[in-house]
Amino acid sequence: MGSLTAAGALGGCSSPVGQAFTGSAGPASLLNFWHPFTGGDGAQLVTMQSGFRKSSPDVELKSTTLVWGSPYYTKLTLATLGNRPPQVAITHVSRLPTLAASGLLREISSSELDEHGLKPDRFAKGAFESAHHGGKLYALPLDTHPFVLYYRTDVAKKAGLLDDKGQLTDVDGPDKFLDAMRAAKEVTGVWGGSIATVKDPATCWRLFWSLYRQLGADLVTDGGRKVVMDVGAAEEALAFIRRMSAEKLIPPGADGDGGAITLLTSGKAGFLMDGEWQLLAVQGAVKDKFDMRTFPRIFRDAPYACAADSHAFILPKAPSEKAQRADHALDFSRSMLEASLDWAKGGHIPAWQPTAKSDAYQRLLPQAHYADAAEGAAYDPAAWYSGADSNLYRRFSDVVASVVGGHTRPGPGATRMLAAAKDLAGMEAPV
Amino acid sequence: MSTATSAGTSARTAGSTRWTASGMLLPFGAFYVMFLLGPLLYTAVAGFFNDSLVKDGPGKWVGTANYAEALGSPEFWSSLGHTLWFTVLTTVPLMLLALTLALMTDRFSRGKWFFRLAFFAPFMLPSSVIALLFMWIYADQIGLAQGVVKWFGVQAAPSWLGDPNWAMISIAVATIWWTIGFNFVIYLAALQEIPRDVHEAAAIDGAGPWQRIRLVIVPMLGRATTLVAVLQLVASLKVFDQIYMMTNGGPDDATRPSLLYIFQTGFTDGRAGYASTVALLLFLIILLISLVWFALIRRTEKEV
Repeated sequence: MGSLTAAGALGGCSSPVGQAFTGSAGPASLLNFWHPFTGGDGAQLVTMQSGFRKSSPDVELKSTTLVWGSPYYTKLTLATLGNRPPQVAITHVSRLPTLAASGLLREISSSELDEHGLKPDRFAKGAFESAHHGGKLYALPLDTHPFVLYYRTDVAKKAGLLDDKGQLTDVDGPDKFLDAMRAAKEVTGVWGGSIATVKDPATCWRLFWSLYRQLGADLVTDGGRKVVMDVGAAEEALAFIRRMSAEKLIPPGADGDGGAITLLTSGKAGFLMDGEWQLLAVQGAVKDKFDMRTFPRIFRDAPYACAADSHAFILPKAPSEKAQRADHALDFSRSMLEASLDWAKGGHIPAWQPTAKSDAYQRLLPQAHYADAAEGAAYDPAAWYSGADSNLYRRFSDVVASVVGGHTRPGPGATRMLAAAKDLAGMEAPV
Repeated sequence: MSTATSAGTSARTAGSTRWTASGMLLPFGAFYVMFLLGPLLYTAVAGFFNDSLVKDGPGKWVGTANYAEALGSPEFWSSLGHTLWFTVLTTVPLMLLALTLALMTDRFSRGKWFFRLAFFAPFMLPSSVIALLFMWIYADQIGLAQGVVKWFGVQAAPSWLGDPNWAMISIAVATIWWTIGFNFVIYLAALQEIPRDVHEAAAIDGAGPWQRIRLVIVPMLGRATTLVAVLQLVASLKVFDQIYMMTNGGPDDATRPSLLYIFQTGFTDGRAGYASTVALLLFLIILLISLVWFALIRRTEKEV
């Protein structure tokens, strides 16, 4: 204890240990940034940060990588409650309702946006709307990251699924998509498509939510306290999911830790349903023998929808203006947004319109082939128990995985989902 | 005069010994209060509030509502059931197998070090390494274990971590492989303490090898068995890390133990008050089971 205090005193307030003990705001030049990006995303981020370091030599950027998922949000929450928040951090906008409703975030005013060149019309509309809570802006979206469809061009070609431009012909509608997978299965001899349903609640949720939203159905309102779930639509979505595995077009269980992707990269499946952030992993394995497109429109009852989320910059509420350093944080966010093209190389669709509309991005392949997905982005329902890596994911995904594996039929599955939603909505909320 | 002096010296020695003992306990005592009693007390208090992870302060007073919710929740009982199921799946083999391996190793007069190292080595690995290793072994479609059973002619290989009926067994097997070294080492040490004369006497009396193990050696390992049984039981009841990493409680909550239930309600849902209640209930249950188990084991030890 004594030695730690001494170290804090010796290292001055700039050392994180010293700050933790004294609770000081640290030097005005210090900018702490927390994010959950590892792997390909992490590598792109390093490039983007070095740009900021060059352009703002007077700011000392301290970037901290933490493990993705609910532990990340626990740390962010507790650090903010304990008056030691980073000046700027990444959140999924699906986690924004809880963070904002608990009063952990600093609002970003429109005058600040103007001052830092962050006018609303420079952001993708859907992403920018999702960064609001209760009519106030709490985040600056960096991207939209949707659930998409990967396919092997060599398999698709042999299966006769490509048009003269070398792109996938129409796979929209339940039967057309299954036919396409059937044709691919004849080529691969193993599976038509692949999706991670074992140990991967996030992917199961995205598949379900994409289909459910294409049926125009809603799940909860009133911050998650009221369930408005359409059980019929849920059953229809689950029935389609079951058809894929019952007709042996996708495996009854593919592993979330690389198993589903390996089926595609090793040529045992022609299609992969996953998030666009797997782009670098797939690219690394099969080079240019694959392409991507938006997740097919299976149902036509509502405008096109695909499950999506956005990474966004937030300013966790600091105990004082001196500790907040909002100007630095906004400058940093602006700089990162301007480096969005690097971010897009990792697969994400930039929310920053100057980048999204640029020629450089539109020439970026296969990224440009699914850029439309941003317009159909279906965000998670706003509730304290929903969002990235939440208990809602877990409860709903258990049903999806069970339906894919053939252990639960779609009807009872939908009933179980309703019971889970009601159970969560009935709990005493922490916000 | 001389008697008085010596009496005074011994009194002073006794006094300073008393203070030395307390003084040496002080650092431990401070940590005990700070990191065990303090949090335990806080947990007990927080359970009566709607304490939230995302807000300051203890929250709204809810009395015994959290207790009513926990005791009436099927999730609480199912997670407790999984904890007990895991305990049965691991404690029994971990004791029997460790004993068997130790008995076999003890028979080697040369090269004993090799077996001791081989069986103990996995125990030195961190749980994250074990989880990663077995996630690859058990992986669907691409994993080693599915390949092996297919090689043996099984057409539809089970989804080791994806099938609710197999997942807990798969995790238990990984846990046994990983932790058996600890019990093994305790048993081996106890075996080596049995004097050679006992073996010789038993042999001279005409006891065969199996009789010697059953009637002489195993009873003489009573104290080691008590130790292993109690430590293993408590360790199994507290299972968390390998399950958190390998299945996160799935599929269909089939592998979710009580600690993971506490983690999910407390950290994922942010309901710290409710999670505290469940934590305290689990603490009491483990305490009770341990005491009963300890009493049972002690009795068998005395009977011998």
